[in-house]
Amino acid sequence: MTEATDIAATVARPSRARSRALARFVRHRLALFGLAAIVVLVLLCAAGPYLWPYNDLRINMRQRFAEPLLAGLHVFGTDELGRDMLARLMMAGRVSLTVGFAAMAISTLVGILVGTLAGYFGGMIGTALMRFVDAVLCFPSIFLLLALAAFVQPTLLSITLVIAATAWMEVARVVEAQIRSLRERDFALASEALGASDAHIMFRELLPNAIAPIVVASTLNVARAILLEAYVSYLGYGIQPPVPSWGNMLNNAQEYLVTAPWLALLPGLLITLAVTGFNFVGDGLRDALDPRLDIS
Amino acid sequence: MITAMAPDALLQVDDLAVRFHGDAGTVAALNGVSFTVRPGETVALVGESGSGKSVTSLAIMRLTPPPPGCRVTGRVMLRGAAGEALDLLALPAEAMRSLRGSRIAMIFQEPMTSLNPVLTIGDQIAEAIAVHRGGARAAVLDAAAELLDLVGIPEPRARLSAYPHHLSGGMRQRVMIAIALSCDPALLIADEPTTALDVTVQAQILDLLRRLQQRTGMAVIFITHNLGVVAEIADRVMVMYAGRVVEQAPRRALFRSPLMPYTAGLLRSVPRLQVTAARVALEAIPGNVPDPTDLPPGCAFAPRCGHVQVGRCDAAMPALEVAEPDHLVRCLRWRDLASGTPG
Repeated sequence: MTEATDIAATVARPSRARSRALARFVRHRLALFGLAAIVVLVLLCAAGPYLWPYNDLRINMRQRFAEPLLAGLHVFGTDELGRDMLARLMMAGRVSLTVGFAAMAISTLVGILVGTLAGYFGGMIGTALMRFVDAVLCFPSIFLLLALAAFVQPTLLSITLVIAATAWMEVARVVEAQIRSLRERDFALASEALGASDAHIMFRELLPNAIAPIVVASTLNVARAILLEAYVSYLGYGIQPPVPSWGNMLNNAQEYLVTAPWLALLPGLLITLAVTGFNFVGDGLRDALDPRLDIS
Repeated sequence: MITAMAPDALLQVDDLAVRFHGDAGTVAALNGVSFTVRPGETVALVGESGSGKSVTSLAIMRLTPPPPGCRVTGRVMLRGAAGEALDLLALPAEAMRSLRGSRIAMIFQEPMTSLNPVLTIGDQIAEAIAVHRGGARAAVLDAAAELLDLVGIPEPRARLSAYPHHLSGGMRQRVMIAIALSCDPALLIADEPTTALDVTVQAQILDLLRRLQQRTGMAVIFITHNLGVVAEIADRVMVMYAGRVVEQAPRRALFRSPLMPYTAGLLRSVPRLQVTAARVALEAIPGNVPDPTDLPPGCAFAPRCGHVQVGRCDAAMPALEVAEPDHLVRCLRWRDLASGTPG
């Protein structure tokens, strides 16, 4: 039977398609660098505080402003209260990365929900939801964030929610566009003809087809969330000292910019590393997951 | 309005009409279509593109776009699993949904796009079963493998984890058929299921459908523009033109003595394999299907008909007349034409 040989000849294809995407990602040097940076940062912040002898909150007035590399075990120096900078950077990283990932998760979920409902039902519901998205997008997100942050008690949870509230619209728009076009495809009609419910068609049939752009948008959203957390914490509305975050460490450091520049440089460097890392990974994923590139 | 349903009918369509309201005006896609389908029989719907074949099937399934863009009127009665008569167009949405797939199933023209590209074959069949019957995952997968075996897919177990793009067109159509059959429907609507396939695969799929029909006793509404396929599979044939039924007859009667000039034209324009002394050019029906936003007042086929009588055919829409028992025709001149009176 010719069809049988047909199948046999093509059975190896899914792994090949996947490895092609992987190959494209690996060829993207910056993305690989970004991924490495993220992995190192996450491991460092997650495991580091357990292995490092210094506590991020322990004050040692005899060791204030120890310069990096010159003060024995304080390889990254100490701050104005003699607290070990590396310990603080690692704990701050926990906060910043947690806010980044959690805000991404929440905003992606909200975005998927709004975008899927709007794209699937269209009409009045779709128009109302998407015009709401446009309206929220009209606010400059920094001001929206500051306005919101001024009203809520700054905690890890509230900051995460506030950041998520300014970041879900992008995902919603991407998902809405995808679902709207997928809805017109034959398999959506076929599924409806089988008696599948709206929820089933939306989330089991259509949404899995839109995963690639969602992954890209959420990766970029992590970078955005980390940056936004740094903004608000730098401006004093975010994570409150003594709990360190990269943003409030920067805030703290500005008084000592001339005398102890490493206090500002180190958290700044880590913010840059994390944000560019996620952006590069996002770009890499965008290229790797674009099915149009399969042709070449 | 008739409320009864013929006792031997599985599906009874009365005066079904579908209108699309758009910016360019109202399109009457379907007008006064009535027919019945008995259990176990195959009814072919034949016509050119735009004649209303697919709209008929979508209207029966209640899958036309929602109002106000599209309005469906008339009556569609379906015999339920317990023998009760169900008025499909008046049924609550939830009740209709539970009939789809379980009592009426549908297969589509394009096997390339009717399967979800990111789900495995096994998942898609399993979901079809789970929607109506539920059950443990392992049992559902067993049933799915059995279905694949039934539609003639080799190594059904291994195929469960394949994705649609691993399969050829014919294989995908077999999977579509397996999905449609998953809940033992009493009526299968096949919307041009062989059109996108090449000829040898076409024959295999037709053969498969016939075998499955014998086995399960389901009725089939077979939508096609291919008269060769009709000759192969249909018990009864309905010829559609511009949203109306123009002739309806048992297959033999239709092929032997078509009464409507349009049907006759369609039959003459099928290429034949035969050795003839002279090379005869393949006949074609002159002209095009009329613009559905601007249908002529009389017989819609009149502008293209070789037997047209000006002043009569183009004045008013002819009624669907009973020419012989079971043979209906919508033509003012069928008597003249049948008796050979020159037009």
